[in-house]
Amino acid sequence: MKTFAELDAKICNCTEALQGKIKGADGTRAILLCGGTGCLSSNSMDIKAKFEKLIADNNMGDKVTCNIVGCFGFCSQGPFVKIFPEDTLYRLVQVEDVEEIFEKDIKNGEIVERLLYVEPLTGEKVAKQEDINFYKKQKRIALHGCGVINPEDINEAMGEGAFVGLKRALSMSQKEVIDEVLASGLRGRGGAGFPSGRKWSFAYANEADQKYVVCNGDEGDPGAFMDRSILEGNPFAVLEGMMIAGYAIGATEGYFYVRAEYPIAVARLKNAIKQMNEAGILGENIMGSGFSFQAHIRLGAGAFVCGEETALLNSIEGKRGMPRPRPPFPAVKGLWGKPTIVNNVETLACVPYILREGAEKFAECGTEKSKGTKVFALGGKVNNVGLVEIPMGTTLRELIYDIGGGIPNGKEFKAIQTGGPSGGCLTKEALDEPIDFDNLVAKGSMMGSGGAIVMDEDNCMVDVAKFYMEFICDESCGKCSPCRIGTKRMLEILTRITEGNGTMEDLEELEELGKTVKANSLCALGQTAANPIISTLTHFKDEYLAHIVDKKCPAKVCKKLIQYTIVQDQCFGCGMCAKACPVGCIQQTDYTAPGKKLKSYQIDASKCVKCGACLATCKFKAIIQK
Amino acid sequence: MAHISDAGVTKICEICDRYANEKTPLMMILSDIQNEYGYIPLDVQQIVSEKTGISVAEIYGVVTFYSFFSLEPKGKYVIGCCMGTACYVKGAQLVMDKFSEILGIAPGETTADGMFTIDALRCIGACGIAPAVTINGKVYPKLSVDQVPGIVAEYKALGGGN
Repeated sequence: MKTFAELDAKICNCTEALQGKIKGADGTRAILLCGGTGCLSSNSMDIKAKFEKLIADNNMGDKVTCNIVGCFGFCSQGPFVKIFPEDTLYRLVQVEDVEEIFEKDIKNGEIVERLLYVEPLTGEKVAKQEDINFYKKQKRIALHGCGVINPEDINEAMGEGAFVGLKRALSMSQKEVIDEVLASGLRGRGGAGFPSGRKWSFAYANEADQKYVVCNGDEGDPGAFMDRSILEGNPFAVLEGMMIAGYAIGATEGYFYVRAEYPIAVARLKNAIKQMNEAGILGENIMGSGFSFQAHIRLGAGAFVCGEETALLNSIEGKRGMPRPRPPFPAVKGLWGKPTIVNNVETLACVPYILREGAEKFAECGTEKSKGTKVFALGGKVNNVGLVEIPMGTTLRELIYDIGGGIPNGKEFKAIQTGGPSGGCLTKEALDEPIDFDNLVAKGSMMGSGGAIVMDEDNCMVDVAKFYMEFICDESCGKCSPCRIGTKRMLEILTRITEGNGTMEDLEELEELGKTVKANSLCALGQTAANPIISTLTHFKDEYLAHIVDKKCPAKVCKKLIQYTIVQDQCFGCGMCAKACPVGCIQQTDYTAPGKKLKSYQIDASKCVKCGACLATCKFKAIIQK
Repeated sequence: MAHISDAGVTKICEICDRYANEKTPLMMILSDIQNEYGYIPLDVQQIVSEKTGISVAEIYGVVTFYSFFSLEPKGKYVIGCCMGTACYVKGAQLVMDKFSEILGIAPGETTADGMFTIDALRCIGACGIAPAVTINGKVYPKLSVDQVPGIVAEYKALGGGN
């Protein structure tokens, strides 16, 4: 495409084609399959192959289409099969189910009831995606197009509004584009929530022969997959956002820094760049506008600290991914010493929407200081695990119970960790707090990039703090000694506590160390390293005390603190546990329980190594953990 | 130190040449070598140094910084246990312990026959199917401890190793 007129005509055609597919124009039907990492690993490609074979065998190629789309977000219920125009959603589909779906639904228009989603709270079967509680409170801005378009087809992306925002941006002045983003109130989705428009205006103001836009796709927060799903579901939107940012600040080159752990995201991004170059949307003098832009991909190599923007720049430059002192900020001196803006994947994915629909529309939802939506990767002990995009200001209760469907197996909610290893946990008292950048910080956690891990009564909070400290200690780049040594010492203390060797002084030392590391580290990794400890100490001091004073782990997670006991009256005396015990600490007693024929056994706690082998072998549930 | 064949040297030079037009190609060169050979020993770093003019000290610094780059060869089957938070709270530690127990190696180690390496991975972003394990790229969803022996047996049956 060489002109905007050609682009307009193409968009018009593509919109008609995609709408036709969704609405079933000419009586055609479309089968969509989720092609996110979760569903692909659960054989969604085999399901696709089976559908394609059935379509071919029945000569229905002109009536039914079948293709992969981006993540549906509802990962715990995958693999999904969705059928248009009815918008019927089948979940947990196996290859063996394909024939039935084809025979009943595709051929005869009957719904296959047994594959419908069942609401966990009411037991009701739901056929349409929009009627499922998980989706009701969601609003898709950053995830626009995900789960609808084929992420490997530029034409389908254009059918869902791609490049309309770019075209509008290119008709405006650079300043006007920045003002539009400022007016939208968009704040960086990577965690800190810095206003994106402000960042852009700094880079715009710096004169230079070359400037860069860098997209931060180094999603390191363990338990978070927002950026992966966006890149897998609609890479065109992120590229469009990057181009708009490039135009606004005067950059002609863009770099994606994506984790090497995300091969599908990288492949789809590569394909999108190729298709956009072929279509003339990337390259020289784009559609006669005078604006040129090219995008490149760089892969991470497994270092969490590279999510920090200056460490990321060092990594692109082929160096160890260690943070640089700021100032100078990247907007002044970034990649190869040139003015650079580093924006997160989700931030860039919001930009096309803002330019297409207008800043006001974007700012319609949200709270006073946090506009728009936020994508969360809801995981852990919650019924509906998946990717959700909610308006800012939604409460934690709505997130966990209405969208998440509550806690599985009737267990009790204990805490939700937001912000990953840099964040903190929020407890029952915070459930009715609206989610936004400032509110979560005020409550002792942070928004972070969007990881939201729900924990129930079976999770030990001291163990969780130790888990995060292990992570941070491993990932500390080693540049600043407070972070390098401080995290190691904090980990040692936490390990002591979880093994029953902690003292009360340890708690004071933890707090003291936490403050020191926070105050004296160069980058956010160190500055926030102690957050999980501080927040668990604030909310769950009783659990720390149980480990230190009573030498007990209330959630029965910390292995060394678990006591194994045989309930004498339930013991049949079969001796299986004694055979399984690797250290021979189980002996027969002289006692025979009422109604049993053999003498019961007992465990010598002083010799027990807490391996749990006896518990696993006992068929009579006579062994319990205390 | 492993001896590098002429073909190996040619291949490494070819990888370096792929990025001749890039400003700072080191990470890309090392990624390709890691993917091609599974590790980046010192004498390979030496060749990269000669080819690119970057000092061996700097290359060694980069190789040892990133967890994806390895100085030692890995097993034929690399078992990557996701230890991200979502997997961890759903029992990933127990699954990894089981692999360790069966294979007799700790995470990060390789079996003596060169068949298996266990790696504790950071999040692989497959939180919806936690706990997840990848073996040479194939993702195993929602693994339980009971499934582990079967999976190991499956790969053992495929054979290979030293």
